Amino acid sequence: MNQNQRHVISVIVKNESNVLARISGLFAGRGYNIESLTVAPIPGEELSRLTIETYGTNEIVEQIEKQLNKLIPVLKVIERDDFIEKEMAIIKVPIEENLSDFDALCRAYNGKIVNVGTNAIIGMVADDPKRVAFFIEAVKRFHPLEIIRSGVVAIER
Amino acid sequence: MKISGAKMVVEALKKEGVKTIFGYPGGAIMNVYDELYKQNDIQHVLTRHEQGAVHAAEGFAKITGEVGVALVTSGPGFTNAVTGLANAYMDSTPIVVISGQVPMSLIGTDAFQEIDAVGISRACTKHNYLVTDAKELPRIIKEAFYIARSGRPGPVHIDIPKDVTAQIEEFHYPEGISIPTYNPVTKGEMEQIQKAIQLIKESKRPLLYIGGGVINSNSSNLVREFAKKTGIPAVETLMARGAMGYDNPLLISMVGMHGSYSANIAMSEADLIISLGARFDDRVTGKLSEFAKGAKVIHVDIDPSSINKLVKVDVGIVGDLNFVLSDMLPLLDEVEPERFQEWRETIEKNEKLHPLKYEKVQGVLKPQEVIEKIGEMLGNDANITTDVGQHQMWAGQFYPFTRGRQFNTSGGLGTMGYGFPSAMGVKVGDPNRVSINISGDGSILMNIQELMTAVEYKIPVINVILNNNYLGMVRQWQTLFYDDRISETDLSAQPDFIKLAESFGGIGYRVETIEEFEKALKDAISKNVVALIDVKVDRRENVMPMVPAGGSLYNMILN
Repeated sequence: MNQNQRHVISVIVKNESNVLARISGLFAGRGYNIESLTVAPIPGEELSRLTIETYGTNEIVEQIEKQLNKLIPVLKVIERDDFIEKEMAIIKVPIEENLSDFDALCRAYNGKIVNVGTNAIIGMVADDPKRVAFFIEAVKRFHPLEIIRSGVVAIER
Repeated sequence: MKISGAKMVVEALKKEGVKTIFGYPGGAIMNVYDELYKQNDIQHVLTRHEQGAVHAAEGFAKITGEVGVALVTSGPGFTNAVTGLANAYMDSTPIVVISGQVPMSLIGTDAFQEIDAVGISRACTKHNYLVTDAKELPRIIKEAFYIARSGRPGPVHIDIPKDVTAQIEEFHYPEGISIPTYNPVTKGEMEQIQKAIQLIKESKRPLLYIGGGVINSNSSNLVREFAKKTGIPAVETLMARGAMGYDNPLLISMVGMHGSYSANIAMSEADLIISLGARFDDRVTGKLSEFAKGAKVIHVDIDPSSINKLVKVDVGIVGDLNFVLSDMLPLLDEVEPERFQEWRETIEKNEKLHPLKYEKVQGVLKPQEVIEKIGEMLGNDANITTDVGQHQMWAGQFYPFTRGRQFNTSGGLGTMGYGFPSAMGVKVGDPNRVSINISGDGSILMNIQELMTAVEYKIPVINVILNNNYLGMVRQWQTLFYDDRISETDLSAQPDFIKLAESFGGIGYRVETIEEFEKALKDAISKNVVALIDVKVDRRENVMPMVPAGGSLYNMILN
């Protein structure tokens, strides 16, 4: 029960300056960790949706949620263990790597090659965060120059 | 009608019914000060330091229950106000602090007297605003007052750049308010209330644990009725002193680090703790794993984040105590006070075994004696403010408080220097009662400049300095836990408090016996002037009982 577990929290906030600072400040000031964070406006509304991936005991996460709810511009805090979650990653590998092998790997993880330049090949994948982690392990054999993860987005079932 | 942002500020304050504000001018806030100059509805009290202004606004809010207002300039004006904001945040005091900011075009350029004020106040306010357009000002000020006083009250900070106070716009002060993301709960869930009643009916050793929320929500009378109806005994936190009334037979005493033996034992032996507007602060619970081990817990609080924060509760009720207690009272008819007779007798036995006491010694003036004397002379007729330290605890232990809001103290943040300026705010808010600041020789010097304010505006605060030539509470810890190594707590170097008071136009006394003290206090009250009474008390007196920090609540040092 007192184990640090992964939690994904969705936060709906009013679109206003300062709101991101309020939320990240809340984590920072209490020594809570943010593993990943994504923010974007909700189409057609004056609201934004943040998705926060964090690790903590159930007690800490309960307190985080309450503190988030206490912030004036926060409309709603949603925490589920059955969210549909997706994450994206983009990867740059040297041009010398085998193009079709790399493409096949990307495709296995719901992605593809998005750019081939003179020095590097760039691929992208979009999948469950766990599978993205597998992909990142698997892609190592292509000697990646850079790997960028987007952070998790999540939606209720 | 089109008016400047500065005038909007003043007009909005009038609409909020503000009569007095405390503040200190400076470059970035001058437009607002210019508008204050042109009107007579709002009185401005010029404190001599911005910290004093905010504490005065807090004192005003504490005694009246209304929103206190302070006005400061940018940069150092604002940073000086931060301690006040933090203090109000910890003690849930409704205040609005308005600060000037450098013009928008200069923000972020390290301009003269520029600081990221909202960046700093974010962590110590309930909410804050940086106003970037005067069109937004009426809504923001309306929201600020509403947020400060509703739900769990707290400080709100509004930072206004100088060009925004100069901007001319149409002014319409909103009548209503709508913040879709902010809807504080008022009524408690009936299902939870019924569960709570069930627990009370099943309990044998229930205890009311009363916190500052009872004072903030003005629900002392309902709490007293609750206790009377059920015969359930009560303990008060420091912040709740006065809620039950000192002579209430069901009140045990203050609980916590310097609570009474019987109060702390009752808390440890109870089988049901009914927490009303209290938040299980570490100064109350002691070691958490040992706290109230055999007890079930009902927790009523307006702030959902207080529930289950430190102590796991069996029934949590989120709501305003006025509503929750009103809903509970009729359901308590079936609770027979006789049920708890044995429990009350146990408590009474403990009270007799180790009452709050101190040793009187011939020829030595004990600080507790001074507090008892003030209580005997003034009782209900005085409002008592304190600074922070030993004198604060003795005031909490020994003053006979009769009503909520009578006691004003910095509980959460523990701000030395809070006393004098906030006692000014109390006097402004309740001019017909004597405003006493019980202080120490350490604390009083932390905002001594407010002597000038109090004299200028004829705010006759009486400061009783329990002078032991020590930073007493730290000295006590050094004695008990650091082999009496008196590291930097000897305050033998002191001003002449009589001359100090006189140089500002106040009156000073130095007393060494209880008779001299009585005479001095009488004299100060009759002269109705700002006073410092320097009371030479026993240097080495300790506050007892004491639960060592991190120790179990039932393990007290008794003397």
